[in-house]
Amino acid sequence: MFLFLIAAGLSLIFGVLRVLNFAHGTFYMLGAYATYQLVQWMGVSGGRFWLTALGGALVVAALGGLIERFLFRRLYGKDELYQLLFTYALALILSDAAKMLWGTQQKSVSRPPELTGALHVFGAIIPHYNLFIILLGPAIALAFWVVLQRTRVGRYIRAAALDRETLGALGVNVDALYTWVFVLASFLGGLGGALISPMRATTPGMDTEVIVEAFVVVVIGGLGSFWGTFLGALIYGQVLSFGILFFPRFSIFAVFALMAAVLIVRPWGLLGRPLR
Amino acid sequence: MRRVPWAPLVVVAALLVPAVGSRFYTFLANDVIIWALFATSLNLLVGYTGLVSFGHAAYFGIGAYTTGILMKKLGVPFLLAFPAAGVLAGAFALLFGLFCVRLTRIYFAMLTLAFAQIVWAICFKWNEVTGGEQGMPEVPYPDLAWMGALPLVRDLRTSDHFYLVTVVLVALCLWILHRVVRSPFGRMLTTIRENAERAEFIGVHVRRYELAAFVLAGAFAGLAGGLFGIFNRGVFPDFAYWTKSSEVLIMTLLGGMGTFYGPSVGALALILLNQQIVSYTEYWPFVLGTILVVLLFGFPGGLGGALELLGRRLWRPRRA
Amino acid sequence: MLEVRDLTKSFDGFVAVSRVSFDVPKHSVSAIIGPNGAGKTTLFNLITGHLRCDTGRVVLNGRDVTGVPPHDLCRMGVGRSFQRTNIFAKLTVYENVQAAFVSHRGRGWNAFTPVRDLYRDETLRLLESLRLADRAGEVAGFLSHGAQKQLELGLALALEPDILLLDEPTAGMSASETRETIQLIDRLARERGLTLLFTEHDMEVVFSIAQKITVLHQGRVIADGSPAAVRADGGHVGAPHDDW
Repeated sequence: MFLFLIAAGLSLIFGVLRVLNFAHGTFYMLGAYATYQLVQWMGVSGGRFWLTALGGALVVAALGGLIERFLFRRLYGKDELYQLLFTYALALILSDAAKMLWGTQQKSVSRPPELTGALHVFGAIIPHYNLFIILLGPAIALAFWVVLQRTRVGRYIRAAALDRETLGALGVNVDALYTWVFVLASFLGGLGGALISPMRATTPGMDTEVIVEAFVVVVIGGLGSFWGTFLGALIYGQVLSFGILFFPRFSIFAVFALMAAVLIVRPWGLLGRPLR
Repeated sequence: MRRVPWAPLVVVAALLVPAVGSRFYTFLANDVIIWALFATSLNLLVGYTGLVSFGHAAYFGIGAYTTGILMKKLGVPFLLAFPAAGVLAGAFALLFGLFCVRLTRIYFAMLTLAFAQIVWAICFKWNEVTGGEQGMPEVPYPDLAWMGALPLVRDLRTSDHFYLVTVVLVALCLWILHRVVRSPFGRMLTTIRENAERAEFIGVHVRRYELAAFVLAGAFAGLAGGLFGIFNRGVFPDFAYWTKSSEVLIMTLLGGMGTFYGPSVGALALILLNQQIVSYTEYWPFVLGTILVVLLFGFPGGLGGALELLGRRLWRPRRA
Repeated sequence: MLEVRDLTKSFDGFVAVSRVSFDVPKHSVSAIIGPNGAGKTTLFNLITGHLRCDTGRVVLNGRDVTGVPPHDLCRMGVGRSFQRTNIFAKLTVYENVQAAFVSHRGRGWNAFTPVRDLYRDETLRLLESLRLADRAGEVAGFLSHGAQKQLELGLALALEPDILLLDEPTAGMSASETRETIQLIDRLARERGLTLLFTEHDMEVVFSIAQKITVLHQGRVIADGSPAAVRADGGHVGAPHDDW
């Protein structure tokens, strides 16, 4: 489910800015590292984990906003290859910076004490925390959807995804909007990383893996489509777990085959709309 | 100005490396030369046809595994195993390309990526054939004993012999590619890059040409992969991973995609730079990223402008 | 020569071209006129296979060519220019026209001989007749707007077409450029025995060379006939000519 968070951010940036953000996986990784760092300082007890997770996500969001405001902005209107190259360069720089700060050792965050237990269902053991994440995913999806539907920024974002020129003509501050899109997207990526940190070890290299997974999710669901991303994340999870169950060795293969199949049949994704 | 025969000069210079340089330099030159072919093959797509592929490593990987498996497991001589890399990679490029060229721009890029990841996943998991995660170490050198009978090169090491073979083969491949981009076919590809709509209306069957370019680029990437597997003394799944695709894309872009030799220069620059920087710091990606950002922002005309500027000063004679 | 029958195309419920029919006789100069958004360009795109029509037929020399893709259509003797100038901007003028020759004469699959001097004479001769010969080595994207339009004409002519479809050949030109271009087109059409179909906003141009005029309004044909007849008809359409 955390994959949905990351993919949603990726999809958001693509929907509005029409850029595939390679650095998005790195934002996710930074979210995890930032959370780890905050946990080092503050600990996880007494509900502080939630603060640190939120803090980690906010740090990443701020970083995303700054990058958009001072760097990425200058590339609008240039060849999309340059924009792509920039996000890739960003991914290289940031992930190496993370390596400098935190080393190559795995970092792990202990689960928040409220959720250290586990549930026994049909002989399977599901840690409370995982259960919590499973429930949290849809909750965040819903919250995010409400933001898009009900707030002014959300409405502008949706409008921008449909028609950028008109929006500018209507007097909307498009520059500010783009910054907010970046902030929001980075926040989602960072939050994904923050929440995953107690479940998986945080290591360098987690960014290159996740970005490809997120690509798959977004492509399956539809670039720029919100519910498409949700659906894509669900499908991805299903294919991967059923794949592991039935043909353990070819589950990754199945995922990418699915991605290719979607692109061949409906390039704009299951719930996306064709781009011109 | 009299035209300097740069290409033959470079080839001769490359051939002399083992004689004058250390073992290490020969190694480095070998690396550069193979990557130059890989990047040039990608440039046929990116620079000449205007198709940005994110999955070019797939064909590199297929070529590497083809040669590797044939030579190591089946004992097929290099003389057959090497062209087989190109043929098989080209065949896969044909299969994947059939689907890819129906899409445009970002979707094209994503589908090439998807196919490349499929190739990677297969290489990664199909233990019986590819060695899976562990890869396939100890791909043998081709039998180059005959070189021991030749004057001048008799006393060189096997790795140097292989290096010389690489130089000759890559030079041959580049020569062929050079002919291709200067041919009517190459011109047709350029019109597609410039303006696919207009190209259609001078009678160019855009998709068919794109497919042909895709297959050709895949085949030559396969040949580069075949050489690299031997050079690297092993073939590993990450040959086909997407980070390899982006590496070669960066080389191509850095060197300048508008020119034929640009990607080779990009390969040279990037590998030498890497070499230099790695001896100072382990944070090579950081440096590379910074270089890219500086290039992107430091030059108002974007990367292309910077390179053109640079190119005009440094590499002009080569373009002749 | 060219017959268009009941051509209809709609985008998301908006009917851009509605049951349009007209004929273009051989060796004639015909014009399609109408205000912006009347569907002229859409109609062109339907005829040349860029867009798929919903219903209707396009017949060229008695052969049904409805939905034939552009690259095949231009082997059948159809040349076309675009409203927004459409050339190969980073190639030289010479290379632009040469590419059209290479493609049209089926040499595009030759991947191993140098292209440089292929069809050199033909290319230069065509550039000569377009008065672009002295600019052959220039990069096409740097030419003036008018010269680019002429070059685009050259791309179409290299295909040795029987019928030439020109979408707003004088769009964005000054009065003198317009006059020159029209003279050029008129002369070339005569020399080569071309059939000409063009869209145009400048009424003076239209009435000076067209032998037949089709008036399009909101996707429909509202008048069709000789210039004199259309002029006489113009009154009840209710749109002053100068606004078109």
